[in-house]
Amino acid sequence: MVIETTGLTFNFGSQTVVNSLSLQVPQGSIYGFLGPNGAGKTTTIKLLLNLLQHSQGDIKIFGLDFATNRTQILSQIGSLIEQPAIYSHLTGRENLINRAILLQINESRVDEMLKLVQLTDAAHKKAGKYSLGMKQRLGIALALLPDPKLLMLDEPTNGLDPNGIIEIRELLKRLTKEQGKTVFISSHLLAEIERMATHVAIINKGKLLFQGEIKELETLSKPQVRIETNNTVDAANLLTKNGYVVAEINNDHLSVAYKSKEDTGKINALLNQTGLTVYSIHKVQKDLENLFLNITQNQAV
Amino acid sequence: MKGFILSLKSEFYKSRKTLGFWAAILLPFLLLFFTSIGYYTNSDKVAGAPGLLTWMRFASIALNVMGALLLPMYVIFIAYSVNSIEHKADTWKTLFSLPIGKWWVYAAKFFYAMLLVFITLMLFALFTIGFGNLLGLLKPEIKFADYHMELILLQVYFKLFLSALGILSIQFLLSLLWSDFLKPMGIGFLLFITGVICNGVGWKYAYTIPYAHPMLALKSMFPRKPNMPPTQIVVDIFTQDVFISLGVSVVVFIAGFYIVQKKSVK
Repeated sequence: MVIETTGLTFNFGSQTVVNSLSLQVPQGSIYGFLGPNGAGKTTTIKLLLNLLQHSQGDIKIFGLDFATNRTQILSQIGSLIEQPAIYSHLTGRENLINRAILLQINESRVDEMLKLVQLTDAAHKKAGKYSLGMKQRLGIALALLPDPKLLMLDEPTNGLDPNGIIEIRELLKRLTKEQGKTVFISSHLLAEIERMATHVAIINKGKLLFQGEIKELETLSKPQVRIETNNTVDAANLLTKNGYVVAEINNDHLSVAYKSKEDTGKINALLNQTGLTVYSIHKVQKDLENLFLNITQNQAV
Repeated sequence: MKGFILSLKSEFYKSRKTLGFWAAILLPFLLLFFTSIGYYTNSDKVAGAPGLLTWMRFASIALNVMGALLLPMYVIFIAYSVNSIEHKADTWKTLFSLPIGKWWVYAAKFFYAMLLVFITLMLFALFTIGFGNLLGLLKPEIKFADYHMELILLQVYFKLFLSALGILSIQFLLSLLWSDFLKPMGIGFLLFITGVICNGVGWKYAYTIPYAHPMLALKSMFPRKPNMPPTQIVVDIFTQDVFISLGVSVVVFIAGFYIVQKKSVK
């Protein structure tokens, strides 16, 4: 395990922000750390970076303890916490050089990173004048600069445009697949995590609700097929007759459980053959709120 | 130790384009430059005095302004400036998650602030010497060439530097804990005024207030002994106020580290 925590607890005053968290992040994984805003994600990341001191529990990173191996652990981690920490009076390149000085890294690596996050053209522009997306990309370049074994990214796609999000996603996938790096990434968007993570943990109010492989989450999240037709009631009756369970119906649309792509095609054909007009038919994921409900209900059972 | 040197290098790299850094050079340059212009244009009024007196008068303009008012305010500004660079960029979390001991990061930052104050004061001495000699060349009737006080000037400004370390350590800690300018500036200014008043009324224990140390350092600068010839000047560097300033800075510097370590990084 690259990260292993047991019973990790952090109190802020009388409030328990992180409650008995036991995380297991395997090597080479993209570990999605999912939770709504204020769930304790950033606090957990700060605990994992030794920026905050935990009240109880234990943290092992690369099997090592912070008490005795702080420098060794941190030298193998690249991190991006909340908004990227960037000196706005320096250019993008100077920001990277400054970090390279601190980490004793060759300047050629700086240019490599600029290229990787596509900031070469803006390298000599003051970072204060960067757009939010550019700042985020510079933050990612800073995190990647020391070629770390473990990347900890706190909501790294914040402020990125769709293209930027896809690029980051592909980059992270490549880093884990080709270089065996481990990525710990937090987000409040289920869809984002589902698209790239191999492992997922879900926390709410400081407590771990779920931890496992992405496949396990898919069984929990139960995607649905959402259908818009010219007559939802007829469509619902037709589908029920054919053995589908209609999960939701209103004037506008209806939803049935998602089975497979092929099955979605069959539903479409069936509706068409009966003379109904299908305006749209597509797979939808449950949002985080509904997923929480599912998980907590499952736990109660 | 390597972490300290790397951090120090980075401090220089990131501050070299800021006002805090340039103030260290511009402040002594501009003050001495304008004093020299004043001397140059009014050379008839200042000409004729003996060498020692000419140097003393010339040096005391910058020295009095600096010791009495500017030095404490400048130190407050420098302490703010080296810390605000991190507050503004929200980079404390990055600095404290580097594979460099927190102690070295903290120490390098303090040392850098100290270095800036040191450079400023040494430049005051050097610009005084430089501009004095230049005036002596351009206007030989001002008798700068008759006397040499390079060593004395360096000693004088070195003493002022030592006397400012107490203020620096306190202001450094305040600026590190608070991200805004007003709190450390306000507190610093109040304490400075307190120092001025206590010193002004001749309070016996004024030496316990670090903010009064630069003024006290000027007062105790040139001890006069009964058997000394009038042309001889001795600088007494290690006076009571300087020792207290040094003591305060060591204690606050070490205490500051533990306060910073206990404080969670936001």
